[in-house]
Amino acid sequence: MKNLGLIAKLDIKESIRSRWFFVYLLVFGALMALFFVTGITDSVVMGFTGLSRLLLVYMQVTIVILPIFILITTVKSISADRESAILEYMLSFPISLRDYYWGKMIGRFTITFFPVLLALVLGVVWGAFKGAEIPWNVLLIYSAFVFALCAVFLGIAFFISTIVKSHDVALGSSFVVWIVLLAFIDIALIGLMLQNRWSDEFIISIALLNPLEVFRVGAIALFDPELTVMGPVAYYLLDTFGKKMFLVYAILYPLFLGALFAYLGYYFFKKKDLL
Amino acid sequence: MIEVKDAVKRFLDTNVLDHVNLTIEKGDKIALMGPNGAGKTTLVRAILGFYHLDSGEIRVKGYHPTKERVKVLKNISFIPQTPPPIKLSISELLEFVSKSSDVKQESIKEEAARMDLDVEKNLQKPFFKLSGGMKQKMLIAIALAKKSDILIFDEPTANLDPKAREKFYALLSELDSDVSTIFITHRLEEVEKLVNREIYMDLGKIVEDRRVGV
Repeated sequence: MKNLGLIAKLDIKESIRSRWFFVYLLVFGALMALFFVTGITDSVVMGFTGLSRLLLVYMQVTIVILPIFILITTVKSISADRESAILEYMLSFPISLRDYYWGKMIGRFTITFFPVLLALVLGVVWGAFKGAEIPWNVLLIYSAFVFALCAVFLGIAFFISTIVKSHDVALGSSFVVWIVLLAFIDIALIGLMLQNRWSDEFIISIALLNPLEVFRVGAIALFDPELTVMGPVAYYLLDTFGKKMFLVYAILYPLFLGALFAYLGYYFFKKKDLL
Repeated sequence: MIEVKDAVKRFLDTNVLDHVNLTIEKGDKIALMGPNGAGKTTLVRAILGFYHLDSGEIRVKGYHPTKERVKVLKNISFIPQTPPPIKLSISELLEFVSKSSDVKQESIKEEAARMDLDVEKNLQKPFFKLSGGMKQKMLIAIALAKKSDILIFDEPTANLDPKAREKFYALLSELDSDVSTIFITHRLEEVEKLVNREIYMDLGKIVEDRRVGV
């Protein structure tokens, strides 16, 4: 167990020094700064005001940026080490594969979740400073959503990273995953509905399986399930399952999916050749 | 100490290890030679537990390399042919080695000093930013400080200048006679004074295994 902490700690230290982390931190920090400069917390658009408005905009940005950032930065954690022979050297020391794999995972999770949370906290502090009312419930559940979103994409990234030997293929695969999941939020689903090629139930099932759509619907439902910004599939989901149940699902399902992919990645890491 | 029984490793349709049998006794100093693609590195990687064999078995001091990797690797020090571009700083690398392998950092620094490498001066530098020679010296210092029963070197002097090579071989000659060493090499003349066994591999097989005088 001591090696698990050691690997996590070293991965965090290494990531903090890396260029990608700097860019990652800058993007989320800059976004928050942009929100303040453009006065999002002061504006009223479609009924959203103050911090709720800020969180809504933040959610829309998160849904696009966070998954791809996590995928491209994490997918190389094992595949690139394998390609550059770092893995060969580091694993020539008496470290169990369990400690190495899960230690890397903990380190990478900390480093990807921290800036997103930091930006969120920054937004709240700024909002409070401006005298806005802080929606604590919304904020806590929203943080849980972001946590679950980080977990699912981290799990997928580690899975790809272990099963794919080449760094380029791993990177390409992560782009495909991102594009597919992004495409299958409401826009693509509406298209399929309109063309009427598949049954409605099947389309709803796709929506329920897509962690991005689940995050999106869950996050919007936090603010107001009656609003029309969410799209027909999202509206149908909330109408069918109810707000409370869907919020629980929106936290637990991505966590489960992330854990499943992470475990599958670990299984292949253990069972397949390391190099 | 190391027992390889009828080991077969296939990549695509090629037997990279083709029914290899090998016993390495305590104190054996081996030069493992052969052309590129002969299976030398694959054999070493299988001993280190990086590959799962298609058939056959490997035991290191009675332990299975993939199922009991921690026990196996406690007994082995490995130096790769090319130092990998590790992004950890030297101090972090020392921390990793000392905590994972119960090696005192001072021991590594002492071994490095014997090869004219001042670790203290470079503690905050990322490993990959050191010169090729410094990196190799660092890896050698780590391997020697680990005080393993088995040392595996894959062309360890490739990045060293002649003076550093001499120092390295002088350090090796001080090793305990019970320590087993495997040198993967293309230059027998460099290690022939250190070895008591020469093994030649070709097309995944051991084609020659002979004892020589030290």
